[in-house]
Amino acid sequence: MSTETIDRVLSRSRMNIVIVGHVDHGKSTVIGRLLADTGSLPEGRLEAVRESCLRNSRPFEYAFLLDALKDEQAQGITIDTARCFFKTASRDYIIIDAPGHIEFLKNMISGAARAEAALLVIDAHEGIRENSKRHGHMVAMLGVRQVTVLVNKMDLVGYSEEAFEKLKAEYTAYLRQIDVEPVSFIPVSAREGDNIAERSASMPWHDGPTVLGQLDLFTTGRELHEKPFRLPVQDIYKFTGSGDDRRIVAGTIEAGTIRKSEEVLFLPSGKRSVIESIESFNTERKEAVSAGEPAGFTLSTQIYIRPGEIMVRPGDLLPEVGTRFRANIFWVGRVPMSKEKEYKLKLGTARATVRLAEIVNTLDAAELNLSQGKQQLDCRDVGECIFETTRPIAFDLASRNETTGRFVIVDNYEIAGGGIVLENLSGGETLLERHIRERERHWETGSVPTVERERVNRHRSKFIVITGPPGTGKRALSRELENMLFRNGCSTYYLGMATMEHGIDSDLRVNEKNVEERLRRLGELARIMTDAGMIFITAIDDADDYDIATLKLLNDPHEILVVTVGRNDLQNAAPDLHLEEISDIVEAIERIANLLTLREIIVDYQI
Amino acid sequence: MNHLDKLEAQSVYILREAYREFKNLCMLWSIGKDSTVLLWLARKAFFGHVPIPLVHIDTHYKIPEMIAYRDRVALEWNLNMIYGENRAALDARQTFPDGNTDRIVCCRHLKSEALKRTLSGEWPRYRMDHELKRYVPDDKREPFTGVIVGVRADEEGSRSKERYFSPRDSANSWDVGDQPPEFWNQFKTDFAPGTHVRIHPLLDWTELNIWEYIERENIPIVSLYFNQGGGTRYRSLGCAPCTNPIESPSRTVREIIEELESGLLANVAERSGRAQDKEDGGLETLRRDGYM
Ligand SMILES: Nc1nc2c(ncn2[C@@H]2O[C@H](COP(=O)(O)OP(=O)(O)OP(=O)(O)O)[C@@H](O)[C@H]2O)c(=O)[nH]1
Ligand SMILES: [Mg+2]
Repeated sequence: MSTETIDRVLSRSRMNIVIVGHVDHGKSTVIGRLLADTGSLPEGRLEAVRESCLRNSRPFEYAFLLDALKDEQAQGITIDTARCFFKTASRDYIIIDAPGHIEFLKNMISGAARAEAALLVIDAHEGIRENSKRHGHMVAMLGVRQVTVLVNKMDLVGYSEEAFEKLKAEYTAYLRQIDVEPVSFIPVSAREGDNIAERSASMPWHDGPTVLGQLDLFTTGRELHEKPFRLPVQDIYKFTGSGDDRRIVAGTIEAGTIRKSEEVLFLPSGKRSVIESIESFNTERKEAVSAGEPAGFTLSTQIYIRPGEIMVRPGDLLPEVGTRFRANIFWVGRVPMSKEKEYKLKLGTARATVRLAEIVNTLDAAELNLSQGKQQLDCRDVGECIFETTRPIAFDLASRNETTGRFVIVDNYEIAGGGIVLENLSGGETLLERHIRERERHWETGSVPTVERERVNRHRSKFIVITGPPGTGKRALSRELENMLFRNGCSTYYLGMATMEHGIDSDLRVNEKNVEERLRRLGELARIMTDAGMIFITAIDDADDYDIATLKLLNDPHEILVVTVGRNDLQNAAPDLHLEEISDIVEAIERIANLLTLREIIVDYQI
Repeated sequence: MNHLDKLEAQSVYILREAYREFKNLCMLWSIGKDSTVLLWLARKAFFGHVPIPLVHIDTHYKIPEMIAYRDRVALEWNLNMIYGENRAALDARQTFPDGNTDRIVCCRHLKSEALKRTLSGEWPRYRMDHELKRYVPDDKREPFTGVIVGVRADEEGSRSKERYFSPRDSANSWDVGDQPPEFWNQFKTDFAPGTHVRIHPLLDWTELNIWEYIERENIPIVSLYFNQGGGTRYRSLGCAPCTNPIESPSRTVREIIEELESGLLANVAERSGRAQDKEDGGLETLRRDGYM
C-alpha cells in the first residue's frame, strides 16, 4: 500500500447523522435528493425507481429511494429507520432516516440514539407541528448535541425570506426552553433541490451553508479522551479449554485512557488490582488504551469481579454507587410503566432489578407542559422519576459522563424505556430495609420465648455462612461442622445449595437475573431457622459484600457468622473467621467451634 | 480512531454482548468475504479464540473451492465447525439444477429450510472432528437461540432497516413493521421462549469497508474473489448454478479496493451475480421467511 493511500485510510473518519421531524415534512426526500445530487446512488437506481412509479402509475418520490419496504411505499410513509451510506471528500457518513409518524416513535429513538448530529426538518408551509417539538426534545435527551434545522418545502411559500425568519424565530424560542442551541437553520426545498447539494438560485438571501456543506461542519467530540477513565466490564474470559491461561477482563472503554501498570478500582465491589498487561489480537503490544477502544486486560492479582462492574482509576473523580437515583426517562412500552412491577435495568454493562419508586413529574414533550400526580408512565410519556435497584450499581451522573449515565429499562423481554441519571439519592432506606421493616412488623411469633428455647437447647441460634471460591472444601467443612455440633447436643442443620435449587428455587431458571431472588429466599429461610433456635449452616460460592450484607439483613434480628475459605473477597466488613485453606478439617472445625464458644453461642464442645 | 477502528469496536462490542447473553449461540459462516470478516472479528473479540460454533448450510451446489477453503480454515483456526443440509430435497431432486423447481423455491429448500431446521436441531448436524479431520454426526441437538449473521445494511433495501439484535419468532419470520427499540449500546438480549434472536455485527459496514479491513488485517480470503488471469472474478459467492463472476481485472485486495473506489462498479449492484434476486418478489420476500 502506498503511504498516500495508507494516510487516506488512516485519517478517514465517520459520523452518524439522524434526520428527524414531523410526519411528511420531507425527511426521506431530503436524503434521497442528497444522494441523487451528489451522485451517490448506484447507476440506474434512480431510473429504476422512476420506472417503477410509472408502472404503478403514481408520482415519483425521492423518498422511495429510502422507503424500501413494500408497506412503506404503499402508504407513502417511513415506518422504520434506514441507514444510508454517504461520503464526502472529508468523511464517511451513515445517514439515519427516521420516521416522523408518532406511532413509530420508538424507531425514531432507536435511530437518533446512535447519532452524533441531527437534521430536524420542518415544513415551511405547515409550520411547527407536534413532532417537530417532540423530536427536538427527544434528540436533546438522547445526547445529540448538534442540531441543524432544515426549513423545507420553501417552494410552497414562494421562497420567502420573511416566512423563513418567522419560523426560525418561533422554533429558536422553543429550543431555548429545552436548552438546545441549534448549529444553524437552512431554508431548503428538497423536492426542487434548493440548498441541498447546490446553493439555491431562488434564495440568494441565504448566506449560510447548504445541507451538504453543513454535514462537513459538524464536529466529532474528542473530549471523551480527557474524561475520567471508565471501563464497564463486559465479561471475564478464560479460554483454558484452548490452552490459554490468561484471565482477561474485557470491555469497551467509555471514557479516558489507561496504561499498563496503573492501579485500578472496580465498582461497586470496591476491589483493587494493577493492570498487568493490555491484551489484543493481531495488533502490536499495547501500552495504553483510550475511549472507544474494545480492550482486554490481565490483572496482577486474582480478584473475583463480575461483569457489570465499572473499572476506574482510584485517583479520578469516581462514579456514584447506590441503589436509588433520580432520572429523566422516556417510555415507549406497549404497557405503561407502573410502580407495582419489577423491571430489568441495563446501564453500561450492569444489569439490575429496578422499581419505579416515584414519578416526580411528567412532561408533555410536544407542548412542554409539566404535570404532577401521575401514577404510571404511559407510552410516549417523558418524565422525571425516582428509581430503586435491589442491588447497588455504579453509574455516573449524565451531566458528568454521558455514556455511563444512561440506561434502558426492559419490560417483558423488550426495551421499553430509556433514561439519563440526574442525581444519586442513595443513603436513605433501601427497598430491602423497607421490606424487612414491613416483614418484622407482621412477624407472627409462637408461644415459646427465645430465652426458653435457648435454655432447653443449651445454645443460642446462629446462621453460619461459609464462603469462598468453588472447590475449596466448603461443603465438606459445613457438613462436618453440622455433624460435630449435633454430636455435642446442638440443634443444627446444614442446608445444601442443590437442595435449594431443586426445591424452593425450582421455579427459578438458572441465570443472573435470579441471583437476587435466590439470595432473598435463602435469607428468609435463615430467618425462620434461626428463629426456631437452630444453628443453621450453609456454604455458598464467592459471596461478596453485598451478598453478605443482604443475608445479614434478611436474617435480622438473629445473628450471622461469616467464615471465608481460600480467599477473602470481602472489602467492607471483615469475616468473623478466615481460613487460608482447609488442610486439616478437624483443626478447621476446632477453630470455628472455639469462636462459637468465645461468642457464647455454645457453652462447650468436644471434637 | 479511524473509520475502520470504529467499525471494529462496534462489532466487537456486539459479539461480546451476544456471547455474554446467549447460552446457545452460533455464527453463520457462508465462506464469503463478509462472514469471514465476521469470523476474524470474533478472534479479535475473544483474543484469538472463537468460542462460538460456526454453522454452514451446505447446499451441495457451492463452488468446490469454497468447501475446501472452509475445511482448511476450520482445522487451522481450531473452529467448532458444524454444517447442515436439506437431505430430503437433495435426495428427491427438488432443486433448480435438477430442473424441478425455480430458483426461489430452490433457495427456499436448500437454504431457508435447511437453515431453519439445522438451527432448531430438528435435522442432523455434522461437526468437524479435529482428531479424525472429518465431519461426524453431532449429538448436540439443542436449538440455537442466538444466531450471528454477517449481513450489511448497504446490501439491499430491507437490510438497511435491520436492527443489530433482531428477534425472529418460532417460524423464523421477521416482523419488519414492528421491530423492538435499540438505544445507545443496549440491545435486545432478552427473549421469550420459542423465539430466537439474529445478531448483526456488520450492519454498519459497506462493501468497501470490508475490503479495506481485509487488507489492513491481512485476512485470508477464498481465491474466487480474485481474477486468476481470465479477466473475471466473483463479487458475491453462492451456489455454482446461480452465481456468475463479474468482469474485473482485480487480482489483489488492493486492486479490488481501487476498483470499488474508482466507481467502475457503481453501475453494478453487488449481488448482481446472484440470479435469485432478480425473480419477482426478490429478497424482501425471501428474507421475511428466514433467508439471510
Ligand atoms: N412541495 C414540496 N414537497 C415536498 C418537498 N419535500 C418533500 N415533499 C413532499 O412531501 C411528502 C412527504 O415527503 P417524505 O420525504 O416522504 O416525508 P418524511 O418526512 O420522510 O415522512 P415520514 O418519514 O413518513 O415521516 C412527499 O409527497 C414529498 O414529495 C419540498 O421541498 N417541496
Ligand atoms: Mg420518511
